[in-house]
Amino acid sequence: MGITVEGATKSFGDFQALNDVSIDVPNGSLTALLGPSGSGKSTLLRAIAGLETLDGGRVLIDDEDVSKKPTQKREVGFVFQHYAAFKHMTVFENVAFGLKIRKWDKDKISGRVHELLGLVQLEGLADRYPSQLSGGQRQRMALARALAVEPQVLLLDEPFGALDAKVRKDLRTWLRRLHDEMHVTTIFVTHDQEEAMDVAGQLVVMNEGRVEQSGSADELYEQPATEFVMSFVGEVNRLGEQYVRPHDMTVALDRDDGAEEAMVQRIVALGFEIRVEFVLGDGTEVWAQLTRAELQKLELREGQIVYLRPGEIKSFNGDVPSSDGHGASTPHSPPDDDDAEVSAAV
Amino acid sequence: MEAHSATASAPRAGLRLPGVGAGLGRGTVVLYLSLIVLLPLAALTSQSFEEGFSTFWTQVTSPQAVRSLELTVMCSLIVVAINAVFGTIIAWLLVRDEFPGKSVVNAVIDLPFALPTIVASLTLLALYGNDSPVGIDISSTRIAVVVALLFVTLPFVVRAVQPLLIEMDREMEEAAASLGAGGFTVFRRIIFPNLLPGLAAGVALAFARALGEFGSVLLFAGGLPQTMVSSVFIRQQIESGNDIGAAAVSVVLLVAALLMLAVITWVQRWGSRHERSSGGGLTVMPMSGENFTKVEDDDEGH
Repeated sequence: MGITVEGATKSFGDFQALNDVSIDVPNGSLTALLGPSGSGKSTLLRAIAGLETLDGGRVLIDDEDVSKKPTQKREVGFVFQHYAAFKHMTVFENVAFGLKIRKWDKDKISGRVHELLGLVQLEGLADRYPSQLSGGQRQRMALARALAVEPQVLLLDEPFGALDAKVRKDLRTWLRRLHDEMHVTTIFVTHDQEEAMDVAGQLVVMNEGRVEQSGSADELYEQPATEFVMSFVGEVNRLGEQYVRPHDMTVALDRDDGAEEAMVQRIVALGFEIRVEFVLGDGTEVWAQLTRAELQKLELREGQIVYLRPGEIKSFNGDVPSSDGHGASTPHSPPDDDDAEVSAAV
Repeated sequence: MEAHSATASAPRAGLRLPGVGAGLGRGTVVLYLSLIVLLPLAALTSQSFEEGFSTFWTQVTSPQAVRSLELTVMCSLIVVAINAVFGTIIAWLLVRDEFPGKSVVNAVIDLPFALPTIVASLTLLALYGNDSPVGIDISSTRIAVVVALLFVTLPFVVRAVQPLLIEMDREMEEAAASLGAGGFTVFRRIIFPNLLPGLAAGVALAFARALGEFGSVLLFAGGLPQTMVSSVFIRQQIESGNDIGAAAVSVVLLVAALLMLAVITWVQRWGSRHERSSGGGLTVMPMSGENFTKVEDDDEGH
């Protein structure tokens, strides 16, 4: 069931949460709404579910205008950041809730609930209360509860936001697999760009109540339409009006035309990745992402003067973004001292 | 480990009275409770049995005593039932609704607490007495007993339910709605069960207060045989020199209050059974490594 939102607007008092937002989510896709907090992504999701009434615009599910339909009739499964577990009910009762509302008979409910508990790997915990579960288990229970009623669409609002990093990663993988099996149209909200790229096939980047850009993870990363997308999706250095990814910074030890003098401020080893922070002559702080091998080859140390050459540069001065990697990038002069120069763009 | 399991093992690190201090502390508490509560109660009970059980029984089963006890318990039950409903509605409006003068209403709720009960009965008499400006004279009737008790027990349920409503996770209601539950079902299946412990506590306190209410009832409902509640009856017995009768009826009220507390405690335990860690004493979850850390980082505009 595809979801379409047309010209959605919504304000809370003076705060404009949604400002003429239109999105199109194809049937069976897994789409992420990505943006910082206050960008309107949660409001948009809640509007699709009918938990928020739009001031203007329409929501269509499977080409049917559901704008006037109450939540109860929209057949959406909704998963909340803080689980919204019915804490006075057991895990079984939680998952069975929607089915009881639909007046299924007892045996059928029992069968369906156990099937779902199997799916979310909570067999054996059916008689527990939510307070006896861990965060990750609670969220899986909430997912089973939402899926029990076979919703047309599944909406997840920062579903892993309250979990710690490791559980988050596990659940992320697990959600992607679940989606591959179920093919239910899914939208999930996150402020974590890595999470969005990991899980979703399609991303919609939102900022200040508007859609900045939508597309695949590659499209957003390679061809960001706006400054905001460039800096929100992936890491970025800003040099005046120009932007460059940290892995597109080339570090050379010898003076070089077109390279800028910089001082190494700090070297941070993050496992395989090494983060080297520099300060330029004009005080601008930038950083480069190097591999361990590259760092060893350069033998950088803090306080050292080096020469930085940004690789692929993008600028957003109202012109067509030069994202082809040639136009705006500094000409690559033939290196005269090969072993002292390593390009981080591998 | 879980956040909740911290509450499972009661005394945790924190300020504690060390060694000798702990014994001294407990001794002080026992002594204090004994002087203020336990010994007077024991004295009262022993006084009521001073002339043996048969005297006690005769006093308690005298027609007037029975009538006053019946009236007291019946009126208290009615009052508690009414205030359970209206107290919940008032708490609901105070928490979920925005209306002009809300803070005034919120303050007024506590007035029956603050007001001397004799003043309460005067105010009721002014409106519903024989000079009633609205033409309703219910003074010296059983209805007056109920109205007086309604007045003085109003705050209990409101103040017990209010914090639970404030703390209630609204997303539970939204989740239920997204699963197809209509407004009434959401209230019955989600909201009410979560209010039950508070409601029970409020009802218990209101009932105890209603059982013993004296001042407001005396003036408004009078000391007529048909409106004589037990507290008024007890005073009458003392005035006529029947100390054993007074003590005997007091003991019956005491037992009624204890019974109510027992029932309420049971209801509360049952209503919050989900908050106790598992019965088998096993709180460690099989999926280890899953840490529960609540992160409040979603400040989207809703």
